[in-house]
Amino acid sequence: MTSSLQPADAADLAVGRGAEDRRRRTFKAARIAPYVFVLPALILFIGFLLIPIVYATWLSFRANRRSGGGILGQQSETFVGFENYVRSLTDPLLYDALGRMLIYGAIVIPTMLGLALLFALLLDLPRVRLRSATRISIFLPYAVPGVIASLLWGFLYLPRVSPIRRVFEQIGLPPPDFFTTSSVIWSVSNIAIWGGVGFNMIVLYTALRSIPTELYDSAALDGCSERQIALRIKIPLLAPALVLTGIFSMIATLQVFNEPQTLSPLTNVISATWMPMQKIYTDAFVLNDIYSAAATSVIVALVTLVLSLGILSFLQRRAFGEDR
Amino acid sequence: MSLTPGVAQTRAGNTKAPATPTPTRQRSGRSSHWGATAILVLGALYCLLPVLWVLIASTKTPGQLFTTFSFSPSFTGGLTGNIRGLLDFKDGLFLRWAANTVLYAGVGALLTVFVSAAAGYGMAKYRFAGRELIFRLILAGVLIPQVTLAIPQYLLLAKVGLVGSYWSVLLPSLISPFSIYLCRVYAMAAVPDELLEAGRIDGAGEARLFRSVGLPLMLPGLVTVFLLQFVAIWNNFLLPFIMLSDDSRFPMTVGLYALLNQGASQPALYTLVITGSMLSILPLIALVLLLQRYWRLDLLSGGLKG
Repeated sequence: MTSSLQPADAADLAVGRGAEDRRRRTFKAARIAPYVFVLPALILFIGFLLIPIVYATWLSFRANRRSGGGILGQQSETFVGFENYVRSLTDPLLYDALGRMLIYGAIVIPTMLGLALLFALLLDLPRVRLRSATRISIFLPYAVPGVIASLLWGFLYLPRVSPIRRVFEQIGLPPPDFFTTSSVIWSVSNIAIWGGVGFNMIVLYTALRSIPTELYDSAALDGCSERQIALRIKIPLLAPALVLTGIFSMIATLQVFNEPQTLSPLTNVISATWMPMQKIYTDAFVLNDIYSAAATSVIVALVTLVLSLGILSFLQRRAFGEDR
Repeated sequence: MSLTPGVAQTRAGNTKAPATPTPTRQRSGRSSHWGATAILVLGALYCLLPVLWVLIASTKTPGQLFTTFSFSPSFTGGLTGNIRGLLDFKDGLFLRWAANTVLYAGVGALLTVFVSAAAGYGMAKYRFAGRELIFRLILAGVLIPQVTLAIPQYLLLAKVGLVGSYWSVLLPSLISPFSIYLCRVYAMAAVPDELLEAGRIDGAGEARLFRSVGLPLMLPGLVTVFLLQFVAIWNNFLLPFIMLSDDSRFPMTVGLYALLNQGASQPALYTLVITGSMLSILPLIALVLLLQRYWRLDLLSGGLKG
């Protein structure tokens, strides 16, 4: 292509056929190109996101039914309408799991984001020692996957190994039991908080660093203390980053699975249906009822989508209300 | 890090009358200094505690684990014994898991970066029919939790007969709506239209423009996307947990979980779990510490505005 066009280029003909030709060809290429760029992602999106969701939704309206009856009866898949949804939504185990998830979220999200915000604001203070050492240490758990974090904390909780219990015994205090029906939710929450504080702190800290420092200088000249600067200037300017971290924390809460599942071999207070995702897993792979599991999956996915869209638009309206 | 002293200097330098600083500001500054440092150190200790513990606990023989205070290290050759025990376990199964993790998370994240970079660049730099629809679909995809997708993905792959293969974990990991979204935001900010126009006038094809103009300019953002996706795949436990049944295809997380599960009846395996956890997080911590300076996390918080 280029070799045939070069003479036209060299001669720099104003109305050369070559230039005209090439313009048409690049125009055509530029029209096809974006589709080629987007195509691999689109195929994967359809294949591993859209079709699974559609297929799961389809399965959620079906079930295995025995036709004929007796020993000779045959199992076959038939359409059963909303039966799976009714069964799923009337199962008290699902509500127990959802209740635990709400408590878990009420512990994890405010504590994790509160600590992340506190650490980010402290790191941004002018005269703080050990800034990079503490920042990197707090960020470190991000590199530890949830399963391994739960393994490590699980051993710190496990009565026969726990150094925490040993310390309590040495001082003469009753050692805490991390695996009772009431304390275990705190033990699981602690793992999630430990794993998430650092990442959220870095996101907030990065956002803080992009605020022009002149803002603080003029506030300081006006006699504002660091605390007032943090409360009146920094936190309001962090609103978009807080919305983002809040939504991601909420999505993570809805899908909590790794931590309780990993702790469950160490204790018997975490049942197989302890959290909604564990219940779905148990329905699908222990009870072999993929139809109920599909129905519950669809419910959880829908609730997540509605909640995050709702919170996003609500918070955006509040956070950016003045701009519009 | 290098910014910190500079910022402190400008803040001090900008004060118009350094000879007469307001006493209240100075006092509050000095008191916040030690108080703030103390709180940060406490936070750091909390975050380091389990990591320190696993380093120490992996030096203990199975007997010592249950009998000695687990925060005092042992120097009786427990560590080398544990590592040897782990490497010998079922003919080096642990190394298999390590290699599988590199495949799923490393190769997976790399491929995701290519797929997402192309899609993000395409949506940021071209106007075409269907662009808005595709972008809205992807935004909705960001809000759907990975984990709720795992079971539908399993059901579908079971239908196609791919369950249990390497593909069953690798392929679903390649689509990351959030990565595509970040790439689009970054391409819009980092790749100027004028540069692409200039390239077109010089006769460069669209693929060539992407390769030699788009990708290099997007590189800092792509490093961020790679790290986020690497950690996301390595964190996604449910997907390999339900897809795989052959333990030679397990990633590290599923392998260690399976070991822990058996450990409930054979506590000697706990030492292997602890040593395995220690060995598997060290390279990842090194990777994150090494790459964190290339991170562009302002991409995340800026993303909502874009």
